[in-house]
Amino acid sequence: MIMIRYILHRFMWAIITLWATITITFIIMHSIPGDPFAKEGTMTESMYENLQRYYNLDKPKIVQYVIYLKQVALLDFGPSIKSKTLTVNDYIEKGFPVSFHLGAQAMIIAIFFGLILGVIASLYRNRWPDYTSMIIAIIGISVPSFVLATLLINFLAVKWSFFPVATWKSWSHTVLPSIALAMMPLAYIARLMRTSMIEVLNQDYILTAKAKGLRKNAVIIKHAIRNALMPVVTVLGILTANVVTGSFVIEHIFGIPGIGEMFVKGIMNRDYPVILGSTVFYSAILIFLIFIVDVVYTWIDPRIKVTGASK
Amino acid sequence: MAGKIDVTEEMFAPAENNFLEAEKISRPTISYWNDVWRRLRANKLAMIGLVLIILLCLMAIFGPYMNGFTYYEQDFTKKNLEPNAEHWFGTDASGRDLFTRAWYGARISLFIGLMAALIDFVLGVVYGGISAISGGRTDNVMMRIAEVIYSIPYLLMVILIMVVLRPGIFPIIIAMTITGWIPMARLVRGQVLQLKENEYVQASKAAGAKLSWTLRKHLIPNSMGPILVNVTLTIPTAIFAEATLSFLGLGIQPPQASWGSLTSDALGSILIGNFYQLAIPAFLISLTMFAFNVLGDGLQDALDPKLRE
Repeated sequence: MIMIRYILHRFMWAIITLWATITITFIIMHSIPGDPFAKEGTMTESMYENLQRYYNLDKPKIVQYVIYLKQVALLDFGPSIKSKTLTVNDYIEKGFPVSFHLGAQAMIIAIFFGLILGVIASLYRNRWPDYTSMIIAIIGISVPSFVLATLLINFLAVKWSFFPVATWKSWSHTVLPSIALAMMPLAYIARLMRTSMIEVLNQDYILTAKAKGLRKNAVIIKHAIRNALMPVVTVLGILTANVVTGSFVIEHIFGIPGIGEMFVKGIMNRDYPVILGSTVFYSAILIFLIFIVDVVYTWIDPRIKVTGASK
Repeated sequence: MAGKIDVTEEMFAPAENNFLEAEKISRPTISYWNDVWRRLRANKLAMIGLVLIILLCLMAIFGPYMNGFTYYEQDFTKKNLEPNAEHWFGTDASGRDLFTRAWYGARISLFIGLMAALIDFVLGVVYGGISAISGGRTDNVMMRIAEVIYSIPYLLMVILIMVVLRPGIFPIIIAMTITGWIPMARLVRGQVLQLKENEYVQASKAAGAKLSWTLRKHLIPNSMGPILVNVTLTIPTAIFAEATLSFLGLGIQPPQASWGSLTSDALGSILIGNFYQLAIPAFLISLTMFAFNVLGDGLQDALDPKLRE
C-alpha cells in the first residue's frame, strides 16, 4: 500500500517535471528573435499569412502554448517547418528504432564490461588486473566520446577497414558507434563497482559466508556482487541520460539516421518544431527511465524504507 | 672558599607563574588543510594531475606568443602542413598555425571551464545555503524547484539555450551555468543541514553566536572540502560540454578556436590523411579531462576523514 502511494507520488513528480521541461523549452524556442519564414523573399503577403496561420504563429503566445500542450498530450508534435511533407512524428517514428537500438546496445556493452572490470579490479586489488581495469576506466572518463569516435573511425574504419562507417545498414555498422557511446558509462560503472565491491568484501556477512565454508565463487557471486550492485543501479538513470544525450554527437559523426541526428539537423536548419519535439521526446524518455530506476531501486533494496512524502 | 658565587638581585625575584606557557603546544599544529595537502602529496596520480594542470595553464597563457604566429593569420601557400620546425604542430586547412591555435584554444577551453565552475560554485553556495538555513517550507519549495530543473537533461538544455543565444564565449558560460549550479546547491544544502546538527555548532549557538559567526567559523570552513571536490570535477564537465557544443557548431566560431572546434575542423581532414590535426586537440582535451579528474579523485580521498591516519 505504501509502495503504491510512493509510486504514485514519484509518478506525479515525473509528470510535473515533464510539464516544466515542455514549458521551459517552449519559452526558449519562442524567445528566438525573428520568425522562421522571414528569410524567404519570394513569398507573397497572403502566402506568409497562410503559413503563419498554419503554424499557429498568428495567435498570442499563451494560446500557442496551450495548443502545444494539448498536442503533446495527444502525442502529436506537429509539422516540420523545413520539410514540406514530413511531420515531427514521422521523424520520431523513423529515428527512434535506430536510436533505441544504438542506445540499448551501448548500455548493454557498458553494463556488462563495466561490471566485469569493476569486479576483477576489486578481487585483484592493487595488483595488475586492478591497475589495468582502472587505467581503462580513467581513459574512458577522460576521452570525450566524439574524440573516441573520430579515433575509432580513423584507425578501425579508414586505415585498417575493419568496420564500415557512415551509414546504418548491417550489424557491423553498429559496432563502432556503440563502443564510442558505451565507453564513458562503462568507465563510470567499472569505478563505482570496484569501490562498492571493496566495501562489501569487508563486511561481516562476507566473513560469515566464508566461515561457514562456502566456496569462494559462491561468496563472490551470491553475496558480494549482489549487494555491491545497489549503487550501480542508482546511477543507471543518469548514465542512460548521458548515453541518450551523447548519442547526438555520435549519430552526427557516424551519420546514423536516429533522433540525435534529427535533433542536430533541426538545430542547424533552425527547424523549431523539430527541436521542440525532439527535446520533449528525449526528456519524456529520460524522466520515465529515472522514474523506473527509482521504483526498481526501492523494490530491490529492502533497506530502503518508503516513507510517503518525505525524501 | 673556592668558587665564589655572584649573588645578584634577580635571583631572588619570584618565579613567574605563567600558566599560558605551561599550556603551550610544543609541536607545530597540523591544521586540517595541512593534513589534506600532506595526503594529497602522497597520491602520485593526483600530483601528476596537479602538475599537468599548472603546465596546461602556463601554456595557455604563454603558448600563443611562442612562435610568432597569430591564431587568425591565414597563409594559403602553407595549407595542411605536417608538424615541422616552423609550424610546430603543423597548419590547418586555411594555413593557420596549429601550435598557436591549440594553445589559444586551451585558453578558451580552460577559461570557460573555470568560469563555469566558479559561477556554479557561487550560485550553488548561495542557493543551497539559503535553502538549508531557512529550512521548513522555503527549503522544501526551493529544493523542489531545483529537483525539477535538475531532471532536465543538462546537455540538452545547454544545446537548446545555445540555439537561442549568439555563439560566443559568454553565451556558452551562461548556457552552462543556467542548469549547472544545481548539483552544487544540493551538495551545499546537504552539507549545511548535516553540520547544523553537530554539537559544536549547537554549542556555539547556545553560547550566543550570531548566524554570521556560525557561518564564517563553522559552516563554511567545514563544508569546504566536498565543495572543492565538486568544483574540481565541474571543470572537466564544463570543458567537455563546451567541446561538444563547439563540435556541433554551436560554440566557438572561427577564427577563434577551442579544443572542441579544432577537433571538429579536423574531422574532415582525417579522411585525407591529416591525422595530426585531429590528434593534437584530441590529446590535449583528453589530457585536461584526465588531469582534473585524477586531481578531483585525489582531493576526495585526501579530504575523507575516514582515511586519516
